[in-house]
Amino acid sequence: MEKTLIKEKPTHTEIIPQISGSEAIMRCLIEENAKLIYGYPGGAIMPIYDELYKFKAQIHHVLTRHEQGAIHAAQGFARVTNEVGIVFATSGPGATNLVTGIADAQIDSTPLVCVTGQVPSHLLGSDAFQETDIISISTPVTKWNYQITKASEIPEIFAKAFYIARSGRPGPVLIDVTKDAQFGLLDFEYKKCHAVRSYKPVSKPIAHQLEDAAAMINQAKKPLIVFGQGVILGNAEEEFKSLVEKTGIPSAWTILGLSALPTNHPLNVGMVGMHGNYSPNMLTNQCDVLIAIGMRFDDRVTGSLNTYAKQAKIIHFEIDPAEVNKNVAVDVAVMGNVKHTLHEILPMLNANQHTDWLQEFKRLDKIEFEKVIKNDLKPIGEGLSMGEVIHQINQETDGDAVIVTDVGQHQMVACRYAKFSKSRSNVTSGGLGTMGFALPAALGAKMGVPNREVIAIIGDGGFQMTIQELGTIFQTQAAVKIVVLNNNFLGMVRQWQQLFFDKRYSSTELINPDFVTIAKGYYIPAKKVTQRGELADAVREMLTTKGPYFLEVVVEKEDNVFPMIPSGASVSDIRLS
Amino acid sequence: MQTQAFTVSIYTENNLGLLNRVTSIFLKRHINIDSLTVSESEIPHVHRFTIVVKTNTIQIQKIVLQLEKQVEVIRAYYHKVEETIFQEIALYKISSESLYKGELQDVIKNNYARIVEIEPEFLVVEKNGTYEETKKLYEELIPFGLMQFVRSGRIAVTRPKMLISEILKQ
Repeated sequence: MEKTLIKEKPTHTEIIPQISGSEAIMRCLIEENAKLIYGYPGGAIMPIYDELYKFKAQIHHVLTRHEQGAIHAAQGFARVTNEVGIVFATSGPGATNLVTGIADAQIDSTPLVCVTGQVPSHLLGSDAFQETDIISISTPVTKWNYQITKASEIPEIFAKAFYIARSGRPGPVLIDVTKDAQFGLLDFEYKKCHAVRSYKPVSKPIAHQLEDAAAMINQAKKPLIVFGQGVILGNAEEEFKSLVEKTGIPSAWTILGLSALPTNHPLNVGMVGMHGNYSPNMLTNQCDVLIAIGMRFDDRVTGSLNTYAKQAKIIHFEIDPAEVNKNVAVDVAVMGNVKHTLHEILPMLNANQHTDWLQEFKRLDKIEFEKVIKNDLKPIGEGLSMGEVIHQINQETDGDAVIVTDVGQHQMVACRYAKFSKSRSNVTSGGLGTMGFALPAALGAKMGVPNREVIAIIGDGGFQMTIQELGTIFQTQAAVKIVVLNNNFLGMVRQWQQLFFDKRYSSTELINPDFVTIAKGYYIPAKKVTQRGELADAVREMLTTKGPYFLEVVVEKEDNVFPMIPSGASVSDIRLS
Repeated sequence: MQTQAFTVSIYTENNLGLLNRVTSIFLKRHINIDSLTVSESEIPHVHRFTIVVKTNTIQIQKIVLQLEKQVEVIRAYYHKVEETIFQEIALYKISSESLYKGELQDVIKNNYARIVEIEPEFLVVEKNGTYEETKKLYEELIPFGLMQFVRSGRIAVTRPKMLISEILKQ
């Protein structure tokens, strides 16, 4: 938001008389500084694609192999760049294929503008070819949506869409444009949107919230910070780090907060939640003040709410009023963008060191290291572990890479062990848990930050959900490094079946094709590693190869991810084996 | 926690599709809507939803926050029954054969209802009031050959202020 406000461009354009709705859409995108679109054409969006052809010098369109690939790519792009991701799809199946990605972006607060074609307005409601009511379908999973039936509506609605998608707590917006509105003529004039009267994107802290929070933090003997993606979305990494360092408070992250604070920071005490680290989970139930910053107390973070941090006072820094007291009752809520509220509260906080309290974390970290981490990173068994692959990647990249993960065991292992030195470097489907996310999201991330190393870590199950996007990676030559950790199982479901369903492995074993042959079929250099001795060289070869690269690592079939808080258990009932 | 009736008043822009967006917030939580009416409000171009649901206080507080989060919702409130003054309207279509049965006219009079139309085959009775009042008349009219019955959603004004004009001025 800040970025658009300081942009030097005038917020009014000259009036361009009598252009088509489709051309107006191109001009709206240019006004919003949008240069990259992911999409897939079809009948009802052809006038827009025809204009794209004319505007190809200014706007680059990436043809994915499926609309779901397009939207996940736009999500990956948005997550690493702090810009709005843009998606085009046609009506009917094109639009419905976006729904998973829209829901994913909604729950993970990713700014997107999705443009779908629609049948001509006189055919609406007639069950026309490729007609579907995408407005009704997308309503519960969009921040806002709108159907344009007249070309003259285009500038105002697009301006509003970009403003809503990126302001406040970001989210996906869908604009459905009937074909006649794409063909229709209008006098084009673009006014940037800076406000919508019924919409209040950022709540402001009310009297005493900051003072009350500061007093509580200053008096705390055993405080714990849990930070989420709000720090990243608010561009508040510096403010956050200053607060952590001044107060000396141990800070743990949710899966989407990962990379907001460097992983090697001495006060970074690891991940909370179901497969998080032992110490922050155990000590959640011993801290005296729990300071939640830009996070939403997801059930995967809290475990059973009846036993979650009951002894602690809870402070919640949050932009979205609907998140306060939603899952966990808080003692003090500090409303607003954390960039602003953390900046405001910093001078009110005493410099402190919580040396003894931090030692508690270190003591538990040692237990986790002995019982879990040591064997994950340097296993004694014959089979490769997922952890040692991540460890090898860390050694080669030094924490500078963007790591894009899919959903399941490999995701938990990668988030637990990957090292990060920069923010906006962890891209994963957190809230929705969308398998198939990583491959297209990694493509989008690479196009967003082409000068950074982007490594997709994917399981053999999720990889096959959007495997067709290898075609997009080949066509664009985006230098995505793809690592498939293959255990021939839907590993996380299998782990639950082993632990909670008496090893009844119902429909979780996969008989897989030769992934290397498939990658090579797309002309992507590929290698398969089955022995520990080959791993280091293979990772190095992957990272030194120009362009995309595919690496399959066959890992132990029935490894489990620990620590683990069983579903519905307390955070302090976390299991190490 | 105890379940009770709440009246939710939602001030919104008058935009297509908002009805779906509002009702989906109740559906998502598996809450049945007892009644829903939409009309213009005291402010030009601002619409007002009046929704009656049965749920508990904690849930209704969360729902109101979710409603307010929607881009085109200006403000949402919830009130307990005693904080509102409310009415419903019911129409009863009865066979004209009953018209000259003396008891029918007594029933209408005693219930403070009125006849709004008389046709050769039927007559239509109208009654404003609470659910219990319109239900009582319904039961008393059944013996006269009730051909059709319809009751509106609840409309309510609230005893506490709802400062929409001030919010819009900001």
